[in-house]
Amino acid sequence: MSEATDATIDHFVKQEYKWGFTTDIEQDSLPPGLDEDVIRAISAKKGEPDFMLQWRLNAYRKWKGMSEPRWANIHYPPIDYQSIIYYAAPKSKKDGPKSLDEVDPKLLETYEKLGIPLHERARLAGVAVDAVFDSVSVATTFKGQLQKAGVIFCPFSEAVREHPALVEKYLGTVVPPGDNFFAALNSAVFSDGSFCFVPKGVRCPMELSTYFRINAANTGQFERTLIVAEEGAFVSYLEGCTAPMRDTNQLHAAVVELIALDGAEIKYSTVQNWYPGDENGVGGIYNFVTKRGKAMRRAKISWTQVETGSAITWKYPSVILQGDDSVGEFYSVALSNLRQQADTGTKMVHIGKNTRSTIVSKGISAGHGQNSYRGQVKVARGADGARNFSQCDSLLVGDRCGAHTFPYIDVQNPTAVVEHEASTSKIGEDQIFYLTARGIELQDAVNMIVNGYCKEVFRHLPMEFAVEAQKLLGVSLEGSVG
Amino acid sequence: MDTILEIRGLRAGVEGREILKGIDLVIRPGETHAIMGPNGSGKSTLSQVLMGRDAYEVTGGGVTYMGRDLLEMETHERALEGIFLAFQYPIEIPGVNNVYFLKAAYNALRKHRGEAEVDAMDFLALVKQKAKLLEFGDDFLKRSVNEGFSGGEKKRNEIFQMAVLDPMLAVMDETDSGLDIDALKIVAKGVNALRRKDNGFLVITHYQRLLDYIVPDFVHVLVDGRIVRSGDKGLALELEEKGYDWVEQCAAA
Repeated sequence: MSEATDATIDHFVKQEYKWGFTTDIEQDSLPPGLDEDVIRAISAKKGEPDFMLQWRLNAYRKWKGMSEPRWANIHYPPIDYQSIIYYAAPKSKKDGPKSLDEVDPKLLETYEKLGIPLHERARLAGVAVDAVFDSVSVATTFKGQLQKAGVIFCPFSEAVREHPALVEKYLGTVVPPGDNFFAALNSAVFSDGSFCFVPKGVRCPMELSTYFRINAANTGQFERTLIVAEEGAFVSYLEGCTAPMRDTNQLHAAVVELIALDGAEIKYSTVQNWYPGDENGVGGIYNFVTKRGKAMRRAKISWTQVETGSAITWKYPSVILQGDDSVGEFYSVALSNLRQQADTGTKMVHIGKNTRSTIVSKGISAGHGQNSYRGQVKVARGADGARNFSQCDSLLVGDRCGAHTFPYIDVQNPTAVVEHEASTSKIGEDQIFYLTARGIELQDAVNMIVNGYCKEVFRHLPMEFAVEAQKLLGVSLEGSVG
Repeated sequence: MDTILEIRGLRAGVEGREILKGIDLVIRPGETHAIMGPNGSGKSTLSQVLMGRDAYEVTGGGVTYMGRDLLEMETHERALEGIFLAFQYPIEIPGVNNVYFLKAAYNALRKHRGEAEVDAMDFLALVKQKAKLLEFGDDFLKRSVNEGFSGGEKKRNEIFQMAVLDPMLAVMDETDSGLDIDALKIVAKGVNALRRKDNGFLVITHYQRLLDYIVPDFVHVLVDGRIVRSGDKGLALELEEKGYDWVEQCAAA
């Protein structure tokens, strides 16, 4: 490594989180700690029907008997689950804002800082934004347009009240309450999230997006998202987030369930940029996420993720290829800088015949970052003609970071074809020199090389998101050279 | 400006090993200089040092470019000030589109000169015109930088970039190696089209052949880190005839 690239590493480590700020808003919170009373209180505060409360309590009882998974290639001090606040909502004068005018101006200002001007940009971009601020959704746009198409897109808590039958029918059918430790915790205490239902044959008229944001100190975020696409329906869902600067670690355990019925397609894109902690690994979000989709006959589920934030990322967006001829895709860019640790990948479970899956994973390690790809391809006995292609690449920036690959392949059908390709490369001093010798500044050169490396993934993102993702990588790599 | 480049007693090396042992060279506007020499004589080191590669350490002497201390400038600044290095081994940059990359370089140059950046359409028109000069098809433009290019295509791509960026001082590091005679002619045609009264060329080569097509005003013979002989284009022919042993003996004498 040349001096230039060593300098790169130093600046990676020194880089600061660009969007670290907090908004001072009164919070209506429960005291820290978790027991059945807390769960009852959460359920009551949200005015939930009894089935929901029972569901939560069932999950909580399962959770109590479980322990944190330890198999991932991540290291962190023990989490004290009794010191976490499980419910915090921004205070509102009435029962909640009816329109944007009623939304706390400070809140809107926060969105502005994040580059999400609800008034203008969302409308111009034709994106409906269901913004989550801490634990309660406060603003929803484009509802009318969606309603006309028969699409339900609302905060999860609203869905529980307004569409209880749909929620009861699908909730937990892909990620059962006792699926894993973090999913069980989420099931017990989930605060809010998004619900989306696209009826049979309907193509959702716009990209749907939700911006998650963590704000209150010591408040865990337990988002719950459920997306159902009925037969032949199509929906593209965008999720993006950044978080304010914090010293204490913040636990995040989200669950996302996707259900694509026969011939339906769900495209789920994520840009995740939570506070990664400082150069010594202090602070930063612990992100333990369970994301899974179930694809029925001829259905398609596609996950695209750009993961640049969080101190710890534990996340495996997966697809259960239940129906014949169903398709699963996973496209991922994961950047670990500073002291970040990412253990992420996917699971493709082939059950139906002639099911196909594609995995493209691009890991980038810089600073003292540790990046692990962990993926499983499972072909069940009855999955005749199943096909998988996996490509897992790792890019190292500097020599203090690490890249790891843990592929698991379990094939029980002799007609299946499973391919796996993997590569590890270092960002080349010669590549950087080539670009700077053409007048491109060092930092821009690094960005260009990294973005080129990620291109295969970015092209699966919706256009505006692809631009945002490129900018985000640029920001995450900023100050990395000089 | 009556000199573009002035190298005085330049000493440089890598990892403590001295490779250039006192180089003197002046390039004035309108001049093309050729540097010839056997393998390991320091030809490529000179080109890398002129472009400011970190791995090389300058241990003595100085370089003035357009009246400024070149050695004080970062690599990208040197490029922005009009120096272009045609690489001996152009590197592949996967996923970065050739035109996108070149447009970034071109606009960086314009911005540096206080000119407005060009938009994608205007740039494409410019690029297509230059591509024709190098007999480059459109598919080259769509591909990633040097990715999947043959050795000859990579070299042509270097001169194509040079044509677009139109440098004040072009340093060509063994551009002829790996080129067949037809490709060599195309490259030479491209280079000759860029030669003007106000710019300069430093052509580094192992073989005389290239100089049949890019005719230099001066030829220097580099042996063991020193210029042992300088002359006009006749020197290249003499060298071709007598071989490097001849100058090496001269150097030893």
